[in-house]
Amino acid sequence: MNFYRLQVLIGIDPSSLQAGAREIENTFQLEIARHKLQDEVNLLETGSLGYFGTGVAIMIYPGQITYVNLKKEDVPEIVTEHFLKGKPVKRLMLGQAFTSGYNFNYRRRIVLENSGLINPENIREYLGRGGYESWEKALLEMKPVQIVDIVKNSGLRGRGGAGFPTGLKWSFTQPLTVPQKYFVINADEGEPGTFKDRLIMEGDPHKLLEGLMISSYAVGATKAYIYIRGEYRLCINRLQKAIDQARELGLLGSNIFGTGFDLDIEIKIGAGAYVCGEETALIESMEGNRGQPRSKPPFPGVKGAWQKPTVVNNVETIANIPSIISHGADWFRSYGTESCPGTKVFTILGDVYMPGLCEVDMGTSLRTLIEEYGGGIRDDKKFKGALLGGAAGVFLSEKLLDVKMDFNSLKEYGAVLGSGAILVMNEDADMVDMLYAVIRFFRHESCGKCIPCSKGTQKLYRIISRIRYGEGSEEDLVSMIRLAQAMNISSFCALGQSLLMPIRSVIDNFRDEFLQKMDKKYKFSREAS
Amino acid sequence: MKIFINGKAYDAFPGEMVLQVALRNEIFIPHLCYHPRTGPAAKCRACVVEVENLPGLQTSCNLPARDGMQVTTNSEAVLQAQRVVIDLALSSGKHDCLACEQNGNCELQNAAYFLGIERPSYEFALEEKVPDASSEFVYVDRAKCISCGRCVSGCNNNVVNEVINFGNRGFHTKIIFDNDKLLGESSCVQCGECVQLCPVGAIIDKRAIGQGRSWEMEKVETVCAYCGVGCRLELHINRKENRIIRITGVEDSPTNEGMLCVKGRYGFDFIASPERLTTPLIRENGKFREASWDEAISLIASRFRSIIEEHGSNAIAGLSSAKVTNEENFLFQKFMRREVGTNNVDHCARLCHSSTVAGLAASLGSGAMTNDIAGIKNADVIMIIGSDTSAAHPVIAARIKQAVREGRTKLIVIDPKKIVMANYADIYAAHLPGSDVALLNCLMHVILKNGWEDSKYIEERLEGYEELRKEVLQDKYKPENVEKISGVPATTLHRIAEMFAKAETASIFYAMGITQHTTGRDNVWSVANLQMICGNLGKIGGGVNPLRGQSNVQGACDMGCLPNVYPGYQSVQDEKIREKFEKAWGRKLSSETGLTVIEMVDGAYEGKVKALYVMGENPFLSDPDQHHVISALEKIDFLVVQDMFLTETAEFADVVLPATSFVEKEGNFTNTERRVQKLNIALTPPGAAKADWEIIQMLANSMAAGWQYRTVSDICDEINQLTPQYAGITWERIGRNGLQWPCPTETHPGTPYLHKDRFARGLGLLRGIPFIEAAELPDEEYPLILTTGRVLQHFHTGTMTRKTPGLNNLAGPMVMMSVEDAEAMGIGNSEPVKIATRRGEIEAPAFVTRRIKKGVIYIPFHYKESPANRLTNPVVDPVAKIPEYKVCAAKIRKIS
Repeated sequence: MNFYRLQVLIGIDPSSLQAGAREIENTFQLEIARHKLQDEVNLLETGSLGYFGTGVAIMIYPGQITYVNLKKEDVPEIVTEHFLKGKPVKRLMLGQAFTSGYNFNYRRRIVLENSGLINPENIREYLGRGGYESWEKALLEMKPVQIVDIVKNSGLRGRGGAGFPTGLKWSFTQPLTVPQKYFVINADEGEPGTFKDRLIMEGDPHKLLEGLMISSYAVGATKAYIYIRGEYRLCINRLQKAIDQARELGLLGSNIFGTGFDLDIEIKIGAGAYVCGEETALIESMEGNRGQPRSKPPFPGVKGAWQKPTVVNNVETIANIPSIISHGADWFRSYGTESCPGTKVFTILGDVYMPGLCEVDMGTSLRTLIEEYGGGIRDDKKFKGALLGGAAGVFLSEKLLDVKMDFNSLKEYGAVLGSGAILVMNEDADMVDMLYAVIRFFRHESCGKCIPCSKGTQKLYRIISRIRYGEGSEEDLVSMIRLAQAMNISSFCALGQSLLMPIRSVIDNFRDEFLQKMDKKYKFSREAS
Repeated sequence: MKIFINGKAYDAFPGEMVLQVALRNEIFIPHLCYHPRTGPAAKCRACVVEVENLPGLQTSCNLPARDGMQVTTNSEAVLQAQRVVIDLALSSGKHDCLACEQNGNCELQNAAYFLGIERPSYEFALEEKVPDASSEFVYVDRAKCISCGRCVSGCNNNVVNEVINFGNRGFHTKIIFDNDKLLGESSCVQCGECVQLCPVGAIIDKRAIGQGRSWEMEKVETVCAYCGVGCRLELHINRKENRIIRITGVEDSPTNEGMLCVKGRYGFDFIASPERLTTPLIRENGKFREASWDEAISLIASRFRSIIEEHGSNAIAGLSSAKVTNEENFLFQKFMRREVGTNNVDHCARLCHSSTVAGLAASLGSGAMTNDIAGIKNADVIMIIGSDTSAAHPVIAARIKQAVREGRTKLIVIDPKKIVMANYADIYAAHLPGSDVALLNCLMHVILKNGWEDSKYIEERLEGYEELRKEVLQDKYKPENVEKISGVPATTLHRIAEMFAKAETASIFYAMGITQHTTGRDNVWSVANLQMICGNLGKIGGGVNPLRGQSNVQGACDMGCLPNVYPGYQSVQDEKIREKFEKAWGRKLSSETGLTVIEMVDGAYEGKVKALYVMGENPFLSDPDQHHVISALEKIDFLVVQDMFLTETAEFADVVLPATSFVEKEGNFTNTERRVQKLNIALTPPGAAKADWEIIQMLANSMAAGWQYRTVSDICDEINQLTPQYAGITWERIGRNGLQWPCPTETHPGTPYLHKDRFARGLGLLRGIPFIEAAELPDEEYPLILTTGRVLQHFHTGTMTRKTPGLNNLAGPMVMMSVEDAEAMGIGNSEPVKIATRRGEIEAPAFVTRRIKKGVIYIPFHYKESPANRLTNPVVDPVAKIPEYKVCAAKIRKIS
């Protein structure tokens, strides 16, 4: 094995590819060869480095020096100055443009510990960092019920949005004695503004696979599926490669480690419906039917895919499992809060300097997230509000900037953590437009199964459109909330039920803005312009 | 178990949902997507209720009742939530009740009325939706659709035709046919299940539009008059105009569970047809003239009397009918046996299932379908051989498809045509017509070779095993050898044998593909052999299941309209039995077995049969070798035809008597699963037409019979006395859902499946059956095998179905041929061709398809303009006397 002086990681993800990552990678290779540095500098592909809107980015170890927005012309300079002479090129370095309070550390804790560090397409790099040791430990040393207990004790809660205790979910399925059970990973990350699962899968697919293997063994599933949205082409390719590599090494297949346990993992590709993130709709879609939710009970844990017991868990949830197995429940509980242990991956986007994702303790305040990890409000504008948890989320005003970001604390304020998306809005944001976008999204994504949601979203869309064009009245606000409440009571699944949250929260917090648009003058000014 | 609804206690059964308990106790909870036959869907969200200790509101349709549960259906919170749902549904479509077909019968209207919604309050910009009127019978107006999904569920889960589904999403969700085709251009078979399930006016009977609203129509239940499934119908009648407006299926019927086919639901035009006979006709100087009943009846009586005097009783023969009631069939054979004094009575069962009666009576001891329809779902494997089930018995096909869809049941289809059922099959095999015995023997060969037979069953309940073993274990029945005879690959034969034999319970369904051969009885016996050695008889979900083709063909056989038996299959040659009947009827009876259908025609041709009394049959089109039938009909001295129409046969008659249709009379039909069900009078007959039993009684009495049946129930009483199987099936007991024979006493519950613990004949009789080839095989001059049968849209000789224009538009004459043959002959699809056999020649358009094997052609026999039976071979099975409709040699040539 060669030892290199420098490790250069280039983040390969859809946005960097679009910005010309391949061309820059090739240029680096040519330049490195030209200076005969092949034996000293190792250029590696990795997943996203976690920064957004930064074009092509590379990270160099030692030093964790990150260059962003690279152009082809910049490459020779980096190679000669940094690689040869050891002088980092300051003008290209991340963090030069904005505040000094930006927190570079603690971006990676548990689920992201390898992302952006290892080559996701090479299983050996994952093994080199202790990968699959938990799988070996679980399968050789532990009984399924022990694993379920550890996960229960760890207090791990589902990271898809609802925060249901994972161990409890498993404990419904684990004791069932039937010939076939399934484990399904919900990788249909559809909540707008959320991309945490994608980065886990792109950056460290084996982490998910290892978690999935342990989880499947824990509940007794011999077949596992990863239901992934079709847009995640790179994830699909990397996961498939990872599955193939794991199978080659005998980590998957029949009679794993000679224990008699069989497991295979298959990728199922979704077709882009938001509602398929709902576990029963996901199962319907997986079976090849229309992606529409099923009525519960029976719950999937008892009768799921093809009427067999099926556990459905989110990517991030399962990516926590290997570490919980290797370090134990107490270790896990040392992160986060009492009721919500562990870390959470947030995606921060909108009007911040440094959109991206970070993995922090549960219970970190919104202010910290925005200011430290998002780099603060861009262009030094004022914070106006944030939309938490994607479209099915809640609009917060500055009053709640210090709220702790975990399932329970937010619930106290009628808000939800959801998928971990934080859409930050500055003082210029038009809240009516925001609500319009949310409702339009719901109207488009309503599956059409039940009357309240399919008809209700359409009606709400008509009302918000009217308000947006300055033709609304205060009464419209009342009827919107009333209809959304009725939908909340009677819709079939969470999709129709959850629209009440953004509507009520935005009207409660930003009522004046709505009233402003109803002012006759507003309409007049629109028409005049 | 008790639950409390609005504070009052109600009984609930385990597994019952709250909505079901409420509806059963006449507590109204608005609901749109729930229907007893499609089950809870929880889609519409209108049925929400409050339940103590459960958060929020719950949909009551999918909420299982639990003991002590406290349910509130009338709180303001509940009503408010219901109001929003119903209001949204009303607002989002064009629900204009005033001119809507469903007015008064609409579940959305009922809900709006209950909740006091006068007009929709939400406003939508609704796009204009053009109704889909492309289908013959079903009209779709999507502007009224509320996307409840009942039609989708019915089409996919009940009738399993898999045509309707949802398209698009959200507000724009709509029902689509196939891949969003017009209904008339889709694969829809127009069974009308969706029409029956639609809660609003979105899917309706096209021909009933503007014909009356639900409260203006009187509803009468009766039994369908087409195939032998015996679906129960609800007729919606305009009493003033004395006509049927529409037909729906009876939802709680154990035979059809509300399902119907295109014929049963829409093919009722014949009843009100202007071509109906309204008065007796007498032929004079080669032309018909109208006559009075007295004149016609006395003419027949005097001619019959003089023929009996001159040529003896056996010079008269009677064809009874599988389309009239048990009571009428009973009277007909009584008339022939008692008044005429001959056993020359037969009917069209000779042409369809005489081989079944012969084969099963000899092997099992009873010639009927052994199992019931409701038990179909209990089979692990179902084998269909020689039955185009979805065309000829659509509702039984639906039951089979349901079982397959459920996932437990596997399906094997063996048929020369790749019939629709093959689409649902786990294994499909196309064998050559006439190779059935070889194929079945081969299956038994494989089973016995591998030891898959049920040896305990064989030892305890069967005899003749050694003989069977000797026959089928011969090398000629090895799969490799039978492949050469049947055209089915050896591996497929092996797979079929394995799947079939290894099933816990397997059933076989067959029809004319097995029976209509010169080896018909052999075929049937082979089916019975296979089922016996696998131990599949005498248990629910198993059995040998011949599907009877006519509404009352089972009853006509049961009533002794056969030349060798009295009612209840009691032999005319058995002295004791004859004495019983002589005593009951007070007259000496003939001990000589009478003539069968084919022998009657031959007898007429040869001049031995001088008079023929035909009730509701049409041998002109139904009997093989039409030229021969025509000359026989021309030669006969005196022909009486009693029918609703002036049929092709009636054209030859000397006297024609106008009879009533099935909706104009009372009586019982016995369906294929031996269920005796009652017909009710719905309409008054046209003109002077009379019920067949009245006509027979008039005729008998004019021959001094002295009968005094005042009502049909009087005849039924006599049947109960003389027919052991029917002894307990009294007029009073039959009720809405009927009873299955054997039912020997008035307290007996009826028999869903036969041969439990013991065969009707004691031990089941196995017999080694050697394979014999069909009588006429292809040669150089006639290189193709012609086989005949039915299509879905038409029935038998078309006397009934062809009066409905829509059915004619859906299916006309055709000859089905393989792509290979068509290409070799340069024949294009729908190009008219000439088909010829040694007996005649017809013309029909070619239907070129991959669904039929090379070398085989198929012609439906319904059409008088292309009569398949001009071509068929009249050679018969030596025992059953059934003609070989299914195999003859033919050739096709282009018309250039």
